[in-house]
Amino acid sequence: MNQKEFLNIVMPFKDKVFRLAKRLLVSTEEAEDATQEILLKLWSNKSKITKYNNVEAFSMTMTKNFCLDKLKSKQAQNLKIVHSNYQDHKVSLQKELEANDSVNWVAKIIEALPEQQKMVVQLRDIEQYDYDEIAKMLNMNNTAVRVALSRARKTIREQLTNTHNYGIK
Amino acid sequence: MELNKINKLLEKYDNGTTTLQEEQQLKRYFSQETVPPHLESYKAMFAYFSANEKEQFTKDVPLTPKRNNTFYIKWISVAAVAVLLIGVFFKSNVFVQEDLGTYDDPEMAYNEVVKSLEMISSNFNKGAKKVNYLNAFNQGISKVDYLNEMDNTTRLIFKK
Repeated sequence: MNQKEFLNIVMPFKDKVFRLAKRLLVSTEEAEDATQEILLKLWSNKSKITKYNNVEAFSMTMTKNFCLDKLKSKQAQNLKIVHSNYQDHKVSLQKELEANDSVNWVAKIIEALPEQQKMVVQLRDIEQYDYDEIAKMLNMNNTAVRVALSRARKTIREQLTNTHNYGIK
Repeated sequence: MELNKINKLLEKYDNGTTTLQEEQQLKRYFSQETVPPHLESYKAMFAYFSANEKEQFTKDVPLTPKRNNTFYIKWISVAAVAVLLIGVFFKSNVFVQEDLGTYDDPEMAYNEVVKSLEMISSNFNKGAKKVNYLNAFNQGISKVDYLNEMDNTTRLIFKK
């Protein structure tokens, strides 16, 4: 396998790897390093890559394990918190400010979720994998994925409504 | 899409039982500008999700540089070992060339030994002669001893 073939396999999901890494590690720089590390690992095992029946799912599992290890290790103590820039959604300025604010809140709330729920939300609501794929990637069973996802979604929404009603009630 | 259907979908969504298509429908619904006030929190969630889908990994995929590094280190170490071996090889050659040769005729060998021993002894004597000057130094020291006597006398003077 030469570099070009390898890149053809890897390119479609490298962003997904990066976003999952960022979801877990929070800092963009850390996530970039993690992504590079994972791509390099894949590259050094390129001879086996054709034997995996789903390279993408395999890489996502690798990313998960790598990031969790990273979080456990002492290096994680100097993680930085960086917020991403959000897209313009073509709404009026007032609305936009409000929306941006609550969108920021969503980021904060997700950040506070347990790691497993974070990953499930990331893989389902952002990357749109189906339940079986997520179950395989995270080494969980199908129902556990649904339960984690449901809990995460409810927590996010509850906390959002709380912050919104804060000034009113 | 009518609100009723949306509400039903949202309930399913909260329980984690929606299909991907249904989630797409919701996402589309909440991307519009106005939603009923009680659904504002969903709007924020879906806005966040769609915004995050677009984030990309912009750094290069570093496949070649890393491999090159290890590659160079490998060959540099090989070169270093080669240089070391060459050094050791030439060094040992020098030792081999330190052969001074021998005499075949015993009488000639005897004469040579006597000659070198004589040279050693004459040089030794020269050195020994120089050492003789040390005696003069000893004499000087014995003269200095007289100073002690002077000390004694001064002590006597100050006592009284």
